[in-house]
Order: sequence, then C-alpha cells, then structure tokens
Amino acid sequence: MDVYQRADRTVSDHAPALALRDIDKRFGAVRALEQASITVRPGTVHALVGENGAGKSTLMRIAFGLLQPDTGAIEVRGAACTFANAAEASAVGIGMVHQHFMLVPALTVAENVALGGRGRFHAAAVAARIRAIGAETGLLLDPDARAGSLPVSAQQRLEILKALARDARILILDEPTAVLAPAESRHLLTWVRRWAIGERAAVLITHHLADALSMADDVTVLRHGTTVLARPVASIDERTLVAAMLGERELDAAASSLTLLVDRAQPAPAASPSRSAAASVGVRDVVLSLRDVTVADTGGVVRLSGATCDIAAGEIVGVAAIEGSGQAELLRLLAGRLAATSGTVAIPAHVAFVPADRERDALVLDFTLVENTALRGAGAAHGVMAWGAIAQRTAAAVERLDVRTSGVQATARTLSGGNQQKFVLARELDGAPRALVAENPTRGLDIRATADVLGRIRTARAAGLAVVVYSEDLDEVLALADRVLVVHQGRVRAMEPDREAVGRAMLGAG
Amino acid sequence: MSRRPWHPLAVGALIGAVTLLLLVGLLATGGFDVGAALSALVRGAVGSPSAFVSGTLVRATPLLLAGLAVAVAFEAGVLNIGAEGQLLAGATATTAVALALPLGALTLPVALAAGALAGAAWAAVAAMLRQRFGVLEVISAIMLNFVAQFAVAWLVRGPLQESTHIYPQSSTLPLIAQLPVLVPGTRLHWGFALAVVAAIAIWFVIRHTATGFRLRTVGANPFAAASAGRIDAIRIAFGAFVVSGALAGLAGAVEVSGVTYALYENLSPGYGYSAIAVALLARLDARLIVASAVLFGGLEAGGVAMQRDAAVPSVVVSVVEATLILMVLSAGRLRGRSWQGGDGGAAAITADPATLVASR
Repeated sequence: MDVYQRADRTVSDHAPALALRDIDKRFGAVRALEQASITVRPGTVHALVGENGAGKSTLMRIAFGLLQPDTGAIEVRGAACTFANAAEASAVGIGMVHQHFMLVPALTVAENVALGGRGRFHAAAVAARIRAIGAETGLLLDPDARAGSLPVSAQQRLEILKALARDARILILDEPTAVLAPAESRHLLTWVRRWAIGERAAVLITHHLADALSMADDVTVLRHGTTVLARPVASIDERTLVAAMLGERELDAAASSLTLLVDRAQPAPAASPSRSAAASVGVRDVVLSLRDVTVADTGGVVRLSGATCDIAAGEIVGVAAIEGSGQAELLRLLAGRLAATSGTVAIPAHVAFVPADRERDALVLDFTLVENTALRGAGAAHGVMAWGAIAQRTAAAVERLDVRTSGVQATARTLSGGNQQKFVLARELDGAPRALVAENPTRGLDIRATADVLGRIRTARAAGLAVVVYSEDLDEVLALADRVLVVHQGRVRAMEPDREAVGRAMLGAG
Repeated sequence: MSRRPWHPLAVGALIGAVTLLLLVGLLATGGFDVGAALSALVRGAVGSPSAFVSGTLVRATPLLLAGLAVAVAFEAGVLNIGAEGQLLAGATATTAVALALPLGALTLPVALAAGALAGAAWAAVAAMLRQRFGVLEVISAIMLNFVAQFAVAWLVRGPLQESTHIYPQSSTLPLIAQLPVLVPGTRLHWGFALAVVAAIAIWFVIRHTATGFRLRTVGANPFAAASAGRIDAIRIAFGAFVVSGALAGLAGAVEVSGVTYALYENLSPGYGYSAIAVALLARLDARLIVASAVLFGGLEAGGVAMQRDAAVPSVVVSVVEATLILMVLSAGRLRGRSWQGGDGGAAAITADPATLVASR
C-alpha cells in the first residue's frame, strides 16, 4: 500500500522546529525524566516511542507547556522558550492532541474550535475558517455538527482542527491510533504525513512500532525517562528499536513476544499445532452458543441481528470488527452481560469477562483488591461476606499472575494499567470458568504487559476454555485466533483467519 | 502527586479549634457575653447528667436514625436530601395509626412500623420519579419535604386535629402507644436504644454482608457493579433509597411516640437536614454516626440553653454546624480522600441497560 510510503524529503539544515534538551523532571520522589532530549526537524514526522511509563507523555506535556521542567531547555525554531502554560506554547505554534479528547459534546464543531478564544463569537467567521483549513489541509468537518454526535475518528479530526485553528505548526499527537480502527489509523497517519511539510512538523507518541517504522522520518526512544536513541528511521531496524526500548539485558526475556509485536504487518503464521488439533476433533465440545440472536437497544435500533455461532472448548475465536459494528454487544451476549432481544443464548453460568474499559467496567478503583475480588459474583452472593477467605484467594491470585502491588489491601487505583489488567484476568479466571471473553485486553499496555496478557489467554485455551477475543488491532486478533468471527453492521460471519479476507469483510467489501 | 495525608487526630484538632474560634468570633462581634454564652452552651449539653440524658441524648435519637437513613442512601450513591419529609410522613402515620387502631399491646410496634413504612413510601415517590421520568431525586425529595410539611400543617387543623378543635395539633397518643422511658427520672426513651441497635445492625450489614457489599459497589461504580459483579444496580439503588426513607420515617415515629406524644406543625426543628451533616461528619460509618449524632444533639441542646440563659439566638449553633460540615468535607481532601463518586448510584438508578453496555 502506498499510504505508508515515505515521501522523498529534502532534509533541511535549518534550526529544528522543536527541540527539548536535557530535560529533568521529578514528581516528588519519582524521577520521571532525566536527560530527556528530542530534536524535531521541520518537515518531518517524528516518532516518540518507549514503554508505558518511559516518560513520553511527560516530555510532550512539557513541550506543550502543561508541565514545567526542573532543568533543561526548550527551543522552538531556534529560539529559546519557556512556557508557563499551554496558551503560551500554542502562541508559538505548538498544538497537542491528547489521548482522551477534550471536547464539549453538546457544542458544535465551530463552537468547540472557538472555545478558549477571546472576544465575540462570530459563528460565520469560525465556520469560514474551518472550511479554509479543510480546503488547505484536507481536514474536512461540518462546522455545524454536534461534537458529541461525531464518530471517534471525526472527534479526533476536530481535536486536530482546534490546534490548526490556532495556527499550530508543530502538532503533538498522543497515541492517536489507540482509539481508531485500522483503516482509520491509516487515514490519519497518511494525513499527518501529507501535512508535515515545510516548516511544519508532527510528533507521534506511539506504542505501535509498525507505525513508527513505516510512518516517521526520525525516531526518539525514551527508556526510564532518558533518551536512549535518536536517529532517522531509515538507519535502524526493528530489533535495534526494540532493544533500545527494552534495554539489551531484557531483550532475550521478551524475545518470545516480539515475533507478534514486531511482525504485525505480516500475515498471521500458518496453522499452529493447537489450531490443527482443534480442527481434527470430530465432535466439538461447544461451550458458548448463539442461535439467531437479535439485540436491539432501548431506542429500538438493532445492534446485532441473526447472530449464530458456536464456540468450543480449547479454541480461541477472534472477533474482528470496526468499532461500533455490534461487536460490543456480541461479546456481552457471550459473556452473559447482555440479554438477547430474541433468539437462543446457551452459555454457562460463569463466564470470565475482561471488558475493554477496565477502570469503568471491571474494577472499583477505590476498593481494595480483596473487595475487587469479591466483586465477581457479588450479584448472586448472599449472607455474610467471608473477608478472611476472600483475602486469601486474592493473595493467591495476585501471586499466580505476578501482579505487582503493595498488598491485597491496596486499592485498585494504585496499580499500573498492566497490573490492573493482570489482576482482572486473575480474578475472572479464578473458580474454573469454562469460557473467557476478552475485549481489547491489551489496550494501553506496554510490551511486557501485553505479552503477559496474551500468554495468559493462550494458557486459558490450553486449559480447555472456550476463548473469545476481540481487539481493535486486527493483527493481534489474527495472531491469537484459531478462527475469526467478523462483525459488520450487526451481522456476524465466521471466517478463516486470513488477513485479506477478514479485512475486506470488516469493511463490508465481501 | 498527592501529599502525605494528615493524621486524623490532627485534622480533628484543627477542625475543633477553627470551630471554636469561629463561635467565639461570632459571639464577640454580636456583642454577647462570650463566657456566659459558652458556659450556657456547655451546661445545656453536658452540664449535668440530666442535661446530657434528657437534652442531648433525646435530641440525638432522631438525628441518629435520620443520619443512618442519609448514610444508607449515600453509600449506594443516591442522595437522599428528603429525610425531613420522610420523617414527617413517618410521624404522621404513627400518630394516625396509634390514634385510630386500638390494638392493645401491639399498638406501639404497629404504629412504629407504620411510621417506617410511610417514610419508605414517601421516599419511593422520589425514587420512582427518578426511575420513570428522570426527575433528579435531590430536587423531588426537597419538594416532597415541603409537601410533607404543609400536609402536616393541614392535617393537624383538619382530620387529625385534637377533639376540642382549638389547638393545631393531634390528640395525645394513648399511653399504650408511647415509648417507655429508658433511664428512670429522665426523658430518654427506648427509641434511643432502638436507634443504637439500628446503627450497629446497619454497620454490620454494610460492611459484612453481601447485600451491603452490593450497596457499596453500586455507590462506588455502578458500571463495574453491573458488568463485573452482575449486580442489578438499578434495583439496589432503588432499594437503598426506600430503606433510607424507612429509617427516616422511623425517626419521625420515634419522636412522636417517645418525645412529643402528639403530631404538630414544627415537630422537627430540621432533624432531616441536620442528619445530612451527622452522616457526613461520620463519613457514612454507621458506628461513628452514633457519636456524631450525640455531638449534634449536644449542640442543639446547648443552643437551646444558650438562647434561654444568655439570649444568644440559636441560629448561631446552625452556623457552627454548617462550619463543621464544610470543614469535614474539605478535610476529606486534606486526608487524600474526596467525596466524589457519590453520584454513581444516582446515575445507575435511571441508567438503562443499554448505556451500561460499554460503548465509548
């Protein structure tokens, strides 16, 4: 595909568009950044990569004036700058799009763009400005649309538009593809690629090595708050990059997971042993079964129609879909978290469920780990809570999945994202469930936590669970799955894990 | 990065000192004799065994029951601002049943139960308005407070007026419907014991039973309650609101059958509102609510004495109470814990199942 092709650019010898040099930043006793540097050349896309907690977002929040460095220098187009706040950074042409959007859903696109400006609000003038930016950069949005009614990808375009309306020439995008479907990600990255010319430049904070390697001109790697690598992409390979992110010493330990993480762009490997094993079993032990199931929301809109599928013990069924196709409803049906409007659902009483939004749907952040353990099955519990026994169960689960915590009486809030997810998995897999349904189980996790979680899911299959996994990342689905259910506009279709065919089916192209 | 939380005792000492300073400042600027006023306040609250038992503890009783009512609802994330109305509904039902149904020895328990039921029913109106029509329970419950207040005003001049039709109050409850005295020679009645037992029972239920755990979970995060816990969050939030109403109703029932022995207009000097402070001061911990109810009971009793002996308007005590609440709420932040998240169950009570399905 030509969308990923790097344009032939003249490397300018001009002053860098943005440079942060030797930045130190402490939060109390925690040293978030130590000798962190990044130099962004004009006319380039710059990838900033590193594990979770490496300091990527902190460094860019300093560049955008949201945080002030303890020591170190910031230069914009050769001039030394200090920013007391984000307004001062945007005054010199720096814009930032956060991972969590900062929009007012009830306001229109134009109103969101005007928000934070001064003087009177001239709707027509703002709309004209939005159209002009659209014409110039190809970032098209209806000025009168309500922000809340826009799909996620358009909300992201609106965030970018807000920055461009303030004349941003340096655009910082924090994990922009985390919320997008694969096709949308490609669109966005292509747009960034085209936009970053002349004196403009873009910084892409990303987990996705494939994005960094295929999209960016330069890459800067942070490890434990320090810049450990800064080079043009053309001069490095995946192995070097991963080694820089993880550190040489840890590379071998993580090597097993790297095949999956680095080779995302390649098709899934041919049939794995378990795959052929599952196929060879004549009579399959069906655990989860749907027959002609329809789900309508309270507004009567059909979210899922005529869904039929069987999921057997000892297989991983991947679910592939563009966000909002009805896959959330399919997963919740299979997990027993949603009632069918019509049709037959046959599932066991205890299905382990790992929802996408763990902070909202899986955990009570202010509860202790013991209480969060008690949460599973709380709806059917009765009598007196045996807190002592639950604490012991919690300790065992924490031990089993190597959850890093100060103790079982720590609140869930104090755990890192990866440890929260491992805890959720441990809790859900406790008590011998016959099935596991996981939704975006690796979202927001770093390489190591991702490898842990994926390993756990494979172990569940080996232990004979019927496993259903949905991921926004099609390659992750394909790498895990024995077979695939594609959901498109509420219709479910079983397929072989073939990248081309699944990708087309997700988009409804046959 | 959050700072190290303050020690609870340091926070308590700070709150006590600021409150006292404010009280002294208020009295001084008002031109009152500070020493006389403070000594009247202390005398009225704890000056003598009889002041403590007949004044402070008697006033603490409805505050304790209504405070428990507020706490049960808050724990489930629903805000019951309507304890005052539910308390009046309870007092009215107890009066009506005690006067109309001569049941012998059963009169008292039946009348008290009727009070609790009436409070529950009064709360259920607000809960149903929320569930069916999305009317915020905070607003409807406050409105229902006024409805209850005016309904009592009408009833004691109409159907429930005493037989001579002179005074705007009901007839006196028959002896059989009155709560016996707990401590001989004082006004303290068995309602206080009932309230203390209720506090211990509620603490146990909330902390140590599956029902209580569901309640707390729905209050803390209705989405996780529904998804991970497979809890019917709407039912739990609704149930908590109704139980809360029953406790507030019981507060009114106990006040009528233990203290006033008759229904009249200003039966409650705002016990239902003070109860919110009582519950918040105790951080919703049912055991601590006993202590905070006694503290507020003492302030009320002391305030009355201050008005009587030092001519200081008792509203000064209301200012002190309000200051206490504000400081305890800010102390929540000082200690690194905020009171956010209280709206969890309120969201759940109307949330339709579709929105509990994650869709970002």
